Amino acid sequence: MADPLLTFTDRGIFCPAGNFHIDPWRPVESALITHGHADHARPGHARYLATDLAAPVMRHRLGDIRLDTVRYGERREIGDVTVSFHPAGHVPGSAQIRVEHRGEVWVVSGDYKVEPDGLSDPFEPVTCHAFVTECTFGLPVFKWRPQAETAAEVNSWWAANAAEGRACILGAYALGKAQRLLNLLDTTIGPILTHGAVENTNAVMRAQGIALPDTILVTPETKPKDHPGALVLATPSALGTPWARRFGPASTGFASGWMALRGVRRRRAADRGFVMSDHADWEGLNSAIRETGATRIFATHGYTSIFRRWLTDQGYDAAVVQTDFTGESLEEEDAA
Amino acid sequence: MNRFAALFTALDQTTKTNTKVAALADYLSEAPEADRLWTIALLSGRRPKRTVTTTLLRAWAAERAGIPLWLFEEAYPIVGDLAETIALILPPPASRTDLGLSHWIGVIRGLAALDEPARKAAVLAAWDQLETTQRFVFNKLITGGFRMGVSQKLMTRALSRATGIAEPDLAHRLMGDWSPESTSFRNLVLEHDPTADLSKPYPFYLAYQLDDGPAALGDPQDWAAEWKWDGIRGQLIVRDGQFHLWSRGEELISDRFPEFARAADHLPDGTVLDGELLAWADETPMPFNALQKRLGRKTVPKKLLAEAPVILRAYDLLERDGRDIRQTPYAERRDRLETLVGDLPPDAPVRLSPRLPFGDWDELTTLRQTSRDRQAEGLMLKRKDSAYRDGRKRGDWWKWKVDPLTIDAVMIYAQQGHGRRANLFTDFTFAVRDGNQLVPFTKAYSGLTDAEFNKITAWVRRNTLERYGPVRHVKPEHVFEIAFEGIQESPRHKSGVALRFPRMSRWRHDKPVSEANTLDDLKEILKAYG
Repeated sequence: MADPLLTFTDRGIFCPAGNFHIDPWRPVESALITHGHADHARPGHARYLATDLAAPVMRHRLGDIRLDTVRYGERREIGDVTVSFHPAGHVPGSAQIRVEHRGEVWVVSGDYKVEPDGLSDPFEPVTCHAFVTECTFGLPVFKWRPQAETAAEVNSWWAANAAEGRACILGAYALGKAQRLLNLLDTTIGPILTHGAVENTNAVMRAQGIALPDTILVTPETKPKDHPGALVLATPSALGTPWARRFGPASTGFASGWMALRGVRRRRAADRGFVMSDHADWEGLNSAIRETGATRIFATHGYTSIFRRWLTDQGYDAAVVQTDFTGESLEEEDAA
Repeated sequence: MNRFAALFTALDQTTKTNTKVAALADYLSEAPEADRLWTIALLSGRRPKRTVTTTLLRAWAAERAGIPLWLFEEAYPIVGDLAETIALILPPPASRTDLGLSHWIGVIRGLAALDEPARKAAVLAAWDQLETTQRFVFNKLITGGFRMGVSQKLMTRALSRATGIAEPDLAHRLMGDWSPESTSFRNLVLEHDPTADLSKPYPFYLAYQLDDGPAALGDPQDWAAEWKWDGIRGQLIVRDGQFHLWSRGEELISDRFPEFARAADHLPDGTVLDGELLAWADETPMPFNALQKRLGRKTVPKKLLAEAPVILRAYDLLERDGRDIRQTPYAERRDRLETLVGDLPPDAPVRLSPRLPFGDWDELTTLRQTSRDRQAEGLMLKRKDSAYRDGRKRGDWWKWKVDPLTIDAVMIYAQQGHGRRANLFTDFTFAVRDGNQLVPFTKAYSGLTDAEFNKITAWVRRNTLERYGPVRHVKPEHVFEIAFEGIQESPRHKSGVALRFPRMSRWRHDKPVSEANTLDDLKEILKAYG
């Protein structure tokens, strides 16, 4: 029997026929990268290939790397295989990677969500034989409400606090979630201040032509009273630090899919938890998998063993793959 | 239930005491009186009787959600709360209603009279009219164990703000054997008649821990000392020829302790004693687990009654001749207590907790070192001129416990917590060394900071050797100092010992597994303190 099109090694997902890895976690010669989050785009590879839209953030984060870019849908021959990148809807530039070899097609999802967020190119179902999927929120308790409802919740929280003269500090991942929120904020309520890590990513995205509302970078000289009614967009790890305390008795919020769980919400000790994720919910995962038409499914990260059993029940040939991807983490700042 | 669900959300969304009290005070001023009464009941630990088993609820929820039961059962420990799991897993409601809290509690109580198909239909119909938070509240009401992050103390403060009635007065009104079925908001709170309920206890006065020694308390002559007994707090009431016994958790436990009928024979009507319940043999306290056996039973077989007889070690007198004397200074209450209890015959199960004479703090400090020899946990210090207050108030009563016993142990199993601690590994099993073996001897759940729990959780995920259901066998690598208050022989445990109040007092990053304590060390402690 011939080698499978993709194999799973201790360096990462490997394509023997094309001699490249996808999102490897140890240094390799040739790395195809789905998106710029730290658990997928790691330093130390000899050559990188990613979408043109993901490239600026990767360069910003990984420095002077040998990076080649492709557009969504553009086909590339690598060794004996054809690869192409397709929108994953996770963050701007994020891609699913399609690999074709003698009529057999595999797709590696990276991280994805199916609901359009108004910022990233929307998720595109790609027909394939085998689908390598994440399942960060692969449990039927995770069901996202439409983005507009969550946005309204955030804005009414902001407006209520602004009316009482209190600042709002909203924790969100610097790459992706922060810009998605920026786009959803009602700027008539007040000014938007940003933490340095968020503003750096904003600058990279603005430079590549993504329109974002005006923001004011918080510096040591920033006086909160000069910005009444402000919403401060910060990284989750900045909440509760001396950096955040300069804003006085502010109301704190945190935007993450994990906020769906009361226990997690309470443990974060933020005043408000907003359920917003850049990963697919239960329905999203199931519909995405269905639409690929794939019969073989590999679950890479999240509730993999439970999700595999569910897929097997549904008649798929499903397996769990051990990877170093972390999905939407509460502890680590960057892996989202 | 919109209004109650909104209250729940408001309380849940803040950690700030003032915001909670304000939200609750608003609710207690505005909601319908029946809903107010149920809210007070829920926040003082009273709940409707359980009318559906959780097994049925799980099966119905999984069926309604269109998922197999195993998938529900996998999701439950991850969410960490059954009521929440059900609320999240169900499809959105088909319709909305705005029926109040007491309506839904009525529905839940009504389930008792229905057969199973009708119960199921009623529960499914309720689920289909309530949005997620309301559903969660509804499920919590069915399953019990409802916590809203508001202590009875805060609830009393909010109620005081809503009604204008003073807090201590309200605290007393809300004590005792009432339920929303047996009274009304008006009768319980607004137009309270203290003689209406003969079993009504007084709020317990609770002591703070004295961390820094007694020197800061001032003149030793202003203070009285006694042993701190290792039993459970109890309030014994004799009124109208009947006795009533209350635990600190405000549970009426008279039926479990029939021996106190003898006390009612010897004590005059209108007497209320505060003290410690202890299993008692040969005029000395028995180990705590003897008392525990008694607490675990609703009715007491004769054999157990003979094996583990219980007494009240009385230390305060709250009511005499039917008069509330809580405002009388402690020293005077003690004198009256000693007169009342000092002459009781030995078959009356009440013993005076003796006052400990001492000249200065040094003398008392020395005395404290002998606590364990006296089967005591340490000392209690009470200001002689103090009134008997309600709840935990700083200043007049202090508990001064002896330092805990400790042992350095190896973590070998880990399990996730529930509720606030879901998704975190917080429940651990610890072992001592025995040659090349590790012998498990205790579990512990508390003592680490949130940051430490996060850290150990991340470690457990990466260092699991085997899984047994929810339990993970982890690499024996981390040593923790386990602190505990007592140790006893226990044939039920592999190690042969059982600890009292074990907790993690320190993460010994400095100690390798090879330096953890041994089974022999543990047996030495058992010999010395068991």
